[in-house]
Amino acid sequence: MEINTQTLPLETAITTRLDDAIGWARESSLWPMIFGTACCAIEFMSAAASKYDISRFGAEVVRFSPRQADLLIVAGTITYKQAPILKQIYDQMSEPKWVISMGACACSGGFYDNYSTMQGIDEIIPVDLYVGGCPPRPEALLDALLSLQKDLRTHTYNPDRHKDFKGLLDDV
Amino acid sequence: MMSKFITLLPEELHASLQNKYNEGFIYLLDITAVDYSEYPQAKEEAYALVYIIRHKSFQEHILIKTYLHTLEIETVTDIFKGANWLEREVYDQYGITFLHHPNLRRILNHHQFVGHPLRKSYPITKGQLSYEVDDLIDEMNNRLLSKNVVCRLESGSFSECNKDLMFLNLGPSHPASHGTIRTYVALDGETVEAAVSEIGYLHRGFEKSCENHSYNQIVPYTDRLNYCSAISNNIAYVKTVEEMLGITLPLRAQAIRVMLLELSRIEDHVVCLAAVLVDMGGLTNYWYMYNPREDIYELLSKLTGARLTNSYMRVGGMTNDLYEGFEEDLKDVIKKVQYGVEETLSLIKHNRIFHDRTQNVGVINAQDALNASMTGPNLRASGVPFDMRKDTPYYGYENYTFDVIVGSVGDVYDRVMVRFGEIQESIKIIEQVMQNLPEGEVNIKDAAITLPHKEAVYNTIEGVMNHFKLTYEGVKVPAGEYYSSLEATNGELGFFIVSDGSGIPYKVKVKAPSFTAMSAYPDIIEGSQLADAILTLGSLNIIAGEMDR
Repeated sequence: MEINTQTLPLETAITTRLDDAIGWARESSLWPMIFGTACCAIEFMSAAASKYDISRFGAEVVRFSPRQADLLIVAGTITYKQAPILKQIYDQMSEPKWVISMGACACSGGFYDNYSTMQGIDEIIPVDLYVGGCPPRPEALLDALLSLQKDLRTHTYNPDRHKDFKGLLDDV
Repeated sequence: MMSKFITLLPEELHASLQNKYNEGFIYLLDITAVDYSEYPQAKEEAYALVYIIRHKSFQEHILIKTYLHTLEIETVTDIFKGANWLEREVYDQYGITFLHHPNLRRILNHHQFVGHPLRKSYPITKGQLSYEVDDLIDEMNNRLLSKNVVCRLESGSFSECNKDLMFLNLGPSHPASHGTIRTYVALDGETVEAAVSEIGYLHRGFEKSCENHSYNQIVPYTDRLNYCSAISNNIAYVKTVEEMLGITLPLRAQAIRVMLLELSRIEDHVVCLAAVLVDMGGLTNYWYMYNPREDIYELLSKLTGARLTNSYMRVGGMTNDLYEGFEEDLKDVIKKVQYGVEETLSLIKHNRIFHDRTQNVGVINAQDALNASMTGPNLRASGVPFDMRKDTPYYGYENYTFDVIVGSVGDVYDRVMVRFGEIQESIKIIEQVMQNLPEGEVNIKDAAITLPHKEAVYNTIEGVMNHFKLTYEGVKVPAGEYYSSLEATNGELGFFIVSDGSGIPYKVKVKAPSFTAMSAYPDIIEGSQLADAILTLGSLNIIAGEMDR
């Protein structure tokens, strides 16, 4: 939805689908909750700093309270000890919400194939976007953000998309 | 070269450590255990404990070993306060009980974990789910009782003794917890009456992973210990392996390592300072300090191919020499670092808010810092001039002119200013290295240690075989046990390696500076304001990756 306001008189009314209007609003008002645990969190700091500047894409209001956020960025290794905390944070976020898994460890455990490391956060919470890399460059994270925004703009939000998801910690 | 051990019987260990303490070995570096059950040569017993202690002159360290008949031994927490968490770690990882320990419970693994993962019998990939977080209430109650904040009534319940306590979790997911540290505090108003810290949320099994990777394959794992200054971990690790092999690097390689160690120090201090100033509300400084860090990233990715996790070092040298034009790029980066530091200092140096928030806040005196085994800038801020670059020089550090920056009080202000000072000293060292950078090779020439040139691999059968054998079997390190360390950004970073003569280490233990710094943290913040506790944590520069390993 691109509108050149300069050519339109001020009283103009626009007709659009409600879906489109909401998607357009959501796209540029993502509030990320950064769940940074390890090296990837340092690269997130780079993404937030002036050179890469995540605020260019309307997602710089980093909230550390899950209740005020709608985009969970899991940046770093999640261990079995950390897992119940991550799940609790995810559960505390209200709908609509999205999850970006940043880095090899969050996606699959990375090269930590051992007794303490969760083999990917998608064993406990549903994930919308995976960003590879160890750690991913800030551009990769921005790319994930942009593709999420594109998705919000072009598709109707589907709150039931993870309805059938069942994580390892969901039994208890 | 292998370390010399003093071997003692478990019964006499406590008394002789006390004697050593009285002789001046007042600084506990590390406690670890070795499980010999799969070691090729038979040992006296299946488990041994290793204590590493350092003399107060800081110039020598000794290793004490004791073979355990039973998995029990007397604690040494009454001699060294820093032993508290170290013994808990040995208990957690090996299941060795320390009698009369004040708080013997798991530290790295979660409380629902069954078994002891660093035992050789524990399968490396056997993960165990944790369903809930430890509430830490019993630990907190003991802490409150020991500080007389609460009294136990005759009925067995607790009374708050005229205080109105509120309990609060700081972390593990908290903007100021710098990763994954949890501190559970009892507050009376804004004052922290008692605190207990829980770590291990980033325990990703580094030491177990080392036991099934060859020596060079471990280099990428070391990157992710202190990920703010990856190269210094690379160097600390390969330096230990090289000393076990008994090799000396070419002068050029040594000089490049010194230069990169100092560049890492700048890189690390910059991010620590940026973060601690953000915790104070000074966001502007973050931009000034973080931009030069980006420039260092640019330089390092040009040199090593990666921004953050460089994996630049190899046993016997490094992946490649400096590129053409490196020196100009480096000069440019140093200029930008200096600009960032100057701008930041101009904002805070005479800033009343900064002074009021940091001076006499989060104080730890020299005696306590030593007893808690603190190291690096945190120890120097308390006025102890311990710097391995001066006390036990390596890689020719004795040839460079630089000062050791020390503080006087040991508060947040000192810890911040020591780091600012060290950035300047590191710049001095880098300039001296680059002025006299020796010519020559950066790798030693030994077919059993370093890979052949690609040209030889592609064109000769000897080259292919050499490459294959070295990659497949790994560098063979003579059997033995060895501890070595260097002055990394957070202080003495040591590796204790047990080799069985194969290409894969039998055991690797990291002596991590952040681990002991964190163990002192609850004591530092008790009695201070909650907001000051946040600053104190930032100024200690706890890096979860190396603390939890």
